[in-house]
Amino acid sequence: MAWTRKILRVDLTNGTCTAEALNMAWANEYLGQRGLATKYLSEEIDPKCDPLGPDNKLIMATGPLTGTMASTGGRYSVITKSPLTGLVACSNSGGFIGAEMKNAGWDMIIFEGKSPEPVYLYVENDGAELRSAADIWGKTVWQADEILHKKHQDPQLRIACVGRSAEAGCLYAAVVNDLHRAAGRSGVGTVMASKNLKAVAVRGTLGVGNIADPKGFMDAVNAGKQVLADNAVTGQGLATYGTQVLMNVINGMAAMPTFNMKEVQFAGAEKISGEAMHEPRPSDGKPNLTTNAGCFGCTIACGRISTVDRGHFSVQNKPEYWGNSGGLEYEAAWALGSDTGIDDLDALTYVNFLCNEDGMDPISFGSTVAAAMELFQAGAITQEHTGGIDLAFGGAAALVKLAELTAKGEGFGRDIGLGSKRLCEKYGMPDLSMTVKGQEFPAYDPRAIQGMGLAYATSNRGACHLRGYTVASEVLGIPVKTDPLVTEGKAGLVKAFQDATAAVDSAGLCVFTTFAWSMENIAPQVDAACEGDWSVDRMLEVGERIWNLERDFNMRAGMTADQDTLPKRLLKEAANVGPAKGRVNDLDKMLPEYYALRGWSADGQITPETRARFGI
Amino acid sequence: MQYLIIGAGPAGVNAAEALRRLDPDASVRIVGDEPEPPYSRMAIPYLLMERVDEHGTHLREQADHFADRGIIVTQGRVASIDPAAHQVTLHDGSRLGYDRLLIATGSSPASPPIPGIDGPNVSSCWTLADARAIAARAVSGSKVALIGAGFIGSIILEALAMRGVQLSVIEQGERMVPRMMGPQAGGLLQRWCESHGVAVHTGVSVEAIEAKGVRLAGGRFVEADLVITATGVRPNLGLLEGSGVKVEQGVLIDRHFRTNVADIYAAGDVAQGLDFCTGSYAVHAIQPTATDHGYLAAVNMSGRVAEYEGSVNMNVLDTLGLLSCSFGRWEGVDGGEHAELYSPDDYRYLSLQFEGDRLIGANAVGLFQHVGVLRGLIQRRTALGEWKDRLMRDPTRLMEAYMATTQVI
Amino acid sequence: MQRALHIDPGKCTGCLQCEMACSYENEGLFNPAKSRIKVFTFHHEGRFAPYTCTQCADAWCQKACPVDAIQIDRNTGAKVIVEARCVGCKVCTIACPFGTVNYNTASGKVIKCDLCGGDPACAKACPTAAITYIDADWTGLDKMRAYAEQSLAGTA
Ligand SMILES: Cc1cc2nc3c(=O)[nH]c(=O)nc-3n(C[C@H](O)[C@H](O)[C@H](O)COP(=O)(O)OP(=O)(O)OC[C@H]3O[C@@H](n4cnc5c(N)ncnc54)[C@H](O)[C@@H]3O)c2cc1C
Ligand code: SF4
Repeated sequence: MAWTRKILRVDLTNGTCTAEALNMAWANEYLGQRGLATKYLSEEIDPKCDPLGPDNKLIMATGPLTGTMASTGGRYSVITKSPLTGLVACSNSGGFIGAEMKNAGWDMIIFEGKSPEPVYLYVENDGAELRSAADIWGKTVWQADEILHKKHQDPQLRIACVGRSAEAGCLYAAVVNDLHRAAGRSGVGTVMASKNLKAVAVRGTLGVGNIADPKGFMDAVNAGKQVLADNAVTGQGLATYGTQVLMNVINGMAAMPTFNMKEVQFAGAEKISGEAMHEPRPSDGKPNLTTNAGCFGCTIACGRISTVDRGHFSVQNKPEYWGNSGGLEYEAAWALGSDTGIDDLDALTYVNFLCNEDGMDPISFGSTVAAAMELFQAGAITQEHTGGIDLAFGGAAALVKLAELTAKGEGFGRDIGLGSKRLCEKYGMPDLSMTVKGQEFPAYDPRAIQGMGLAYATSNRGACHLRGYTVASEVLGIPVKTDPLVTEGKAGLVKAFQDATAAVDSAGLCVFTTFAWSMENIAPQVDAACEGDWSVDRMLEVGERIWNLERDFNMRAGMTADQDTLPKRLLKEAANVGPAKGRVNDLDKMLPEYYALRGWSADGQITPETRARFGI
Repeated sequence: MQYLIIGAGPAGVNAAEALRRLDPDASVRIVGDEPEPPYSRMAIPYLLMERVDEHGTHLREQADHFADRGIIVTQGRVASIDPAAHQVTLHDGSRLGYDRLLIATGSSPASPPIPGIDGPNVSSCWTLADARAIAARAVSGSKVALIGAGFIGSIILEALAMRGVQLSVIEQGERMVPRMMGPQAGGLLQRWCESHGVAVHTGVSVEAIEAKGVRLAGGRFVEADLVITATGVRPNLGLLEGSGVKVEQGVLIDRHFRTNVADIYAAGDVAQGLDFCTGSYAVHAIQPTATDHGYLAAVNMSGRVAEYEGSVNMNVLDTLGLLSCSFGRWEGVDGGEHAELYSPDDYRYLSLQFEGDRLIGANAVGLFQHVGVLRGLIQRRTALGEWKDRLMRDPTRLMEAYMATTQVI
Repeated sequence: MQRALHIDPGKCTGCLQCEMACSYENEGLFNPAKSRIKVFTFHHEGRFAPYTCTQCADAWCQKACPVDAIQIDRNTGAKVIVEARCVGCKVCTIACPFGTVNYNTASGKVIKCDLCGGDPACAKACPTAAITYIDADWTGLDKMRAYAEQSLAGTA
């Protein structure tokens, strides 16, 4: 079993909370979390609905391994229709709230409608009720977190919350949980705020049981933990440097998008790298990084806990930012730093704090700032637009200012809150937007890592590294090394990664385990936990089914296959340095094969045979 | 060496065991007047709830526990003490000698002068004998009135409610547990009890107990088949008459548990000992104080010198599932500071009292994790430093404050 | 040689594997809320600290218990709750000045660390060796206990 088999349905319009049984037929086909919630979403909403209207729904979902001792088994996802892409959004987060939901007895919470007043959901085991959020609306995530903890007098309460950016309509607002973990991408926080739902506070003391084969499960879990411990990346690299282990690696191979993806290498990368976070700073002799941290049940512990130098201009006279909080992950450091040309580690750390405090996706925020900087360079945006801010590339003060404005939805921050696509359209230069399907890119240049180009172009939630991380193979050699500059075989690689990732997400595990784990390590854990037979093949089949369902949702939402593409820059402007010098991304060499492997028609439609195969 | 202990409650038993360990060759004897093996009054409510049988109330699990340790337990009631002769006289006239004597006679329920209080329908809830009588009469569906909603009254309240009786509680004070918690917390308890089907009358005194129930001041009448009183306790001092042992509210003891008479010590509910928080001498009448007393009195009786720092007055209460606790100077002191959270919707309350940067008292409703650190912080007189300010801002961060100031983190 | 849990907060990542292992061992469920060991997060300081009973030599909880429900495991020295005797009065939860005895609302009894009979599940589950079960000599436990007991009891 492992599922609690219970869903909490929250009707925000009418203010009711009702329990219902989990659809086990669907659970058997979609496993949990990402897959299962997408199934619910796609059955329950019109994919064409207004993402910020009452007809959209928002689902918080756990997987069958969430809340168990399986390493990294603390994940949950927020699934909804994205206001940024107009497509299915599924943003995954660690921290502790997912496990807490499960401990309270819920596999999923489905929010529907829209509350007439700001509210938050309070869940204590079986009890769930909507309460007035009058005193936390308009507050930052961090402020609301403190207020709710005090109000309920429960330090163990786990809270997911949206910040002021979401309230102000920033299109890439995140749902932040446990202060600095986030369901970050695609504007899931914007949807939550649009429903007048400020926060979800959960306390679960019932425990997670229902393990089909307890002894087998503990054996599989312990074996899995050992594999993670013995692996260089998951056993050491990620604990020491976090995902920031990649900064110097990717920059070294000139695959680091820089200056709004114009270039592929950043001169200042070392200064904002994982290694730099360990360097004692001159002012107080302390390094940026205080410690690493684990999410619930995670034996990798890649999380960064950092401080900003108290003397740094960004936090001078702001003692509230002098303590520790979530530090830079690679994607954030890249988007806030390399893409904007800023090599000021303290500024990036501070802005990262703000992204957590007010719930903004740092990838989309940083990329949008980078786009704005290029628009500024091109003269399309002037200081008149920005309220006097000089948006030259490399300006740390400008980044800090824009973060503060976007967090509050003030001034030029409102434009930055539109995201790169809408910003570039607004200022008449849509080609400068480095997005796929409206979502900003992460930190791997597809000219230098060809497979990632295909992964970005076909990702069901727009540009994203977490839908098919072929970097693992193309750069790190996991599970086998492939040449990043070659396109042959990448269609199959991308598909395999996409399907496996969908299954890993849906189990409730963290995709970072797959640096060390293959499906051979994961399936036995799921198999022992859940009733029924969860072989490697079945897991992959479930992954592929999920991928097709997401595609189907998107097509019904109005997406067309010609959106399976990349910005012109990546297809036409060659990389300026490095091994990929002179190369563009050769998407057209990979896409047809990919469609074929997926069992889709040449024009990217899911064929009736494929539909039949997966029951879609 | 002959140690004689009067009273086989927690204070006496802990003292006897400690004496045996500290002085293996000595004779250790307890004289207690109740017929049962040494038991714990505190367990009576759980006997009434049928969570345990009578054996489950015994202070020590094994029947031969005392014999095994060479501790003699004699049944008998001490009538008087003759310090000059170093002897006590029992009711049957027999005498026992001692080199050192511990008075651990506990306390008894105090009955206020209410007409009808001696009636056959009235019982206190103090001894196993009382418990048997109550169990026989407080059966499901019967009407029971409980007079007194102090700390012990409230514990009995829960036991009675769990027996399925129709329960009414009458408390003379303005709120429940008036000497343990302030108005907000007391109010929460009352509202909680009422929402669980218990009728609570506060701020009203009893005029008379009649055959069919209790008549309240102002004329209201509360029907009851059985009336239970929990209106305070008074120390058992009768045996001290003529002994020259000085008493006030209880037997006055110094910081070594000595009375004013040589070789006579006192401990537990009967003793008026040092209060850690106030620095004055008081009768606590609670279990933790009784056991601390018993243990430390024994250390001193054995010839070692252990200067007593005093006990923290503290209580923990479970009222039909609502947990509350109180520690030390929960009502605060002049010039002190106070952090408070009150969440009536969730039945939660937390109040911390500081003097300087030290915690001196606390009240909590709905807190049940790591409660003991409140005692730890108070009794260590931990200097909280900056954590005091953090607690002023958010008192729920208690455990972090405790760890940061007392542990290696 | 008696062994004891040794905790090195500097190594803790706050993953709660210990809490799950503990609750699983004792309750048959993954349930941090019922764990006998708790990890505390010092967000501002960026520290994590696992915390549980140090099995005091002269245990406050044990002395305060009115019904002899806290007894000593002769093999490990652990102070163990005898479930069958515990009446759930909670006096031990306020008597323990370390706050390591907790009331379990589900069972109506208290719970505390019992060293799993000599093979603590938390230490086995900890991925970073922040919790180890080693010879008591090495843990500084005696010093800690002495400090704790002396500062509390005021016995000279
Ligand atoms: C119903 C109830 C619930 C309680 N709940 C709690 C609680 O939750 N928490 C808490 O801290 N406290 C509680 N208490 C109080 C606690 O039980 C007492 O503080 C504790 O028992 C005191 O121990 P003691 O050894 O000093 O006295 P006692 O336990 O009263 O023991 C004294 C013994 O001496 C005997 N004795 C008296 N005179 C003589 C004599 N002349 N000769 C021989 N023997 C004599 C008595 O009969 C008695 O057996 C409760 C009490 C009751 C009645
Ligand atoms: S709660 Fe149980 S173990 Fe604790 S003092 Fe009461 S009876 Fe003893």
